[in-house]
Amino acid sequence: MQFWIIQGLNSLSLGGLLFLLSSGFSLIFGLMRLANLTHGAFFMLGTYFGATALRSWDGLNIWVTAIGAGIVVAAIGGLFERLVLRRLKTNPLGQVLVTLGMSFIISDACLLFWGGDSIPVPTPQNMQAPTRILGFVFPTYRLVLVGCAIGTAIVLYYLLDRTRLGAMIRAGVDDGQMARAVGIPVSRLFTIVFCLGAGVAGAGGVLGGPILSAYPGLDADMLPLALIVVILGGIGSLLGAFIGSFIIGFIYTFGTALFPELAYIILFLPMIFVLAFRPQGLFGRVGA
Amino acid sequence: MIVPTSGYALEVVNLKKAFGGLVVTQDVSLAIRPGERRLIIGPNGAGKTTLFNQISGDMRPNSGQVRLFGSEITRLSPHKRAHAGLSRTYQIITLFTDDTLEHNVTLGLLGLRATRWQMWRPLSFYGDLKTEARRILDAVGLLHLATHPVSEIAYGEKRRVELAMALAQKPRVLLLDEPLAGLSNIERSQVKTLIASIPRETTVIMIEHDMDTALDLAETVTLLNYGRVIVDGRRDAVIADERTREVYLGV
Amino acid sequence: MKWIGVALIAGSLLLPPLFAGDFYINLASQILIAAIFALSLNLLVGFGGMTSLGHASYLGVAAYTAALLTTRYGFGHGSAAIISMTATIAMAALFGVIALRATGLGFLMITLALSQVLWGLAYRMSNVTNGDNGIAGLTRPMPFGISLESAASFYWFALIVASFAFAMMAIFVSSSFGSSLKGVRDQPRRMAALGFNPWMIRWITFVYAGFWGGVSGLLYVYYHKYIHPTSLSITGSAEALLGVIAGGSGTIGGPAIGAALVLLLKNYASAYLERWNMLLGLVFLFIVLVMPSGLVPGFSRLIAGLRGGSR
Repeated sequence: MQFWIIQGLNSLSLGGLLFLLSSGFSLIFGLMRLANLTHGAFFMLGTYFGATALRSWDGLNIWVTAIGAGIVVAAIGGLFERLVLRRLKTNPLGQVLVTLGMSFIISDACLLFWGGDSIPVPTPQNMQAPTRILGFVFPTYRLVLVGCAIGTAIVLYYLLDRTRLGAMIRAGVDDGQMARAVGIPVSRLFTIVFCLGAGVAGAGGVLGGPILSAYPGLDADMLPLALIVVILGGIGSLLGAFIGSFIIGFIYTFGTALFPELAYIILFLPMIFVLAFRPQGLFGRVGA
Repeated sequence: MIVPTSGYALEVVNLKKAFGGLVVTQDVSLAIRPGERRLIIGPNGAGKTTLFNQISGDMRPNSGQVRLFGSEITRLSPHKRAHAGLSRTYQIITLFTDDTLEHNVTLGLLGLRATRWQMWRPLSFYGDLKTEARRILDAVGLLHLATHPVSEIAYGEKRRVELAMALAQKPRVLLLDEPLAGLSNIERSQVKTLIASIPRETTVIMIEHDMDTALDLAETVTLLNYGRVIVDGRRDAVIADERTREVYLGV
Repeated sequence: MKWIGVALIAGSLLLPPLFAGDFYINLASQILIAAIFALSLNLLVGFGGMTSLGHASYLGVAAYTAALLTTRYGFGHGSAAIISMTATIAMAALFGVIALRATGLGFLMITLALSQVLWGLAYRMSNVTNGDNGIAGLTRPMPFGISLESAASFYWFALIVASFAFAMMAIFVSSSFGSSLKGVRDQPRRMAALGFNPWMIRWITFVYAGFWGGVSGLLYVYYHKYIHPTSLSITGSAEALLGVIAGGSGTIGGPAIGAALVLLLKNYASAYLERWNMLLGLVFLFIVLVMPSGLVPGFSRLIAGLRGGSR
């Protein structure tokens, strides 16, 4: 019984992490029609920043670190968008290739700077003691992660649904040309959304550190998961990213626990299933 | 409207198409006889091209049926409809711009032949295709441009190439989506002559949103507005009908 | 003019074993393998308009299957090759069905996800694939009893296979099927209206491209006598894609030249730099921003410009 509960919680926390990773990816794809292959690298960058920061300064608040790393990664993303991506508006294939190239640059830079060994990240001290619920013992940090994901989802939902910025973003997603015609600064929105997506990924990377550790290849492990979440949940849909993240979180966790060698196959079965019956994903808009 | 189910080239039965809350095709029924020249008119947004898209298979209706010579084709994919004898031109020019006129028409001929699956021999090996393509270009008066790429010819000439490609397949039913749009007077009369010369074996259904230009090509007319059939019948009767005047003057 | 260039290249392909040392002959063999791989990818990218980032899957499946069959299960090279190619074709057929549920970016993402899954399997299923250690101790086949151990003999073998592959792909592209493929790339809706089946045309091309990717995989594993999950990774697919784009996806030979350049760059750069991936990334950025249609078209335009002709 304990096994199922623990794996269940691990699934939820992985799902939460995946949401932090893929919400940005889904937003970027939805608005900019760009499959941002750098996204895994942004996440990994956050993990490395978090690892260094949390190991160097004992007692540093993880929330502050996450936000700080998020801002740095967002800035890097913004520079990339303005200097490189913007020049390739008419070349969608080129855009994908440069995001791939950028991911190589970032991952090799991390290898250069932090070396090839895996760097474990300490769990924040105030969350090290386990929580007792209904007689079961849970690692506190994992519970916190789930809370983070829900919190981020709420904030993003509020941002998209209730603010003027969000309305402009949604208009841009639905019809970019029309949005421009009514005066919405679509190019600036692109930069904002890209920064937002990168930033959330970076912050997510910090928060994922205690569970995943920072290691070379983290980006290559995370990117396909983000892709599968977005293919499953539907492009441009925050709800799809949320639900998809938790579905994949469960499948991956239980799959790895029960059939470690076949986890990857079990992972992409739901993707195939969804593609066969609903190519636009569970919640995607047709034509996105 | 009761629609008998025998002897018609193309039938559309209670077709309905909606995008979310917007209903674009509302209960449209048509019955077109073999060899007929039917003109579908209506103001912008009346749903004419959407209707064509459902007939050609580019869109699936929400409900209703499409029948080609009595066989139901509602769920058939576009390429299978081509093999069933349906051919269509598009409002926007969709030619292969970097290829020669001859190559464009050759592709039109290749589509219905088994040769299209041949993976060994180059297309140039099939001399009969080339001869036929040149004959078709000659029939539309464009043989002198056969080796020019489509990107180098005039708009009116492109329209004629489109028509040539559609006719190359010797279709039983031909859908022409605004074939006269954007043409100069001379070009328009050239294309009209071409359309008038289409053999009776081919049933022709045309969309035009400018009534005057296409009327002399039509025998029967269907007037659409807001996705519905308003008037339907012989040309003179439809023109004289006061509902037609309402639709066009009331807009 | 074009034929002189082609003759020069063809002639130069005969040179390495006659004039160069083993190091260069081996490099030339690697170039041939990379060229076949890039050409097969270009069937999809340039002629089919389908950009895939998962092409390394086919190289990897063929290589791993052959490696496992010969080392673990005692198969001879001939039968191992046949079984590997069958497995590769089956995988391409399956992946094609899945990936072609989408086009454009969706297609790209699915091919990437599928290829990463395969890579993950190669890494994790250590009791089958030996995981991160790779499978070593492989041998080269002996066609008609001729040994391929020496650099020169392997080169001739690779050259024969590469020439055959190039000819087959060139025939494919200029055939009537090839014309319909290019038509579907340019105007899929129009092609469907004309009676062509776009999905079937794309799927057949996908499987055919996977086949030649597998052929390059067999050559790869024969040459290196070793296979590692990295050959299935996105880096492998990305290098091939870079080769295709750098050389020019619109031509039949361009990708081969691009692949050669990428390989040469990799070889010389890794002598000086440890971080090849970073350089690869920068080259990607450079090519896409500065020379989007590739080197071969750029070069021929340059020549045309120098001769004062206009096109």
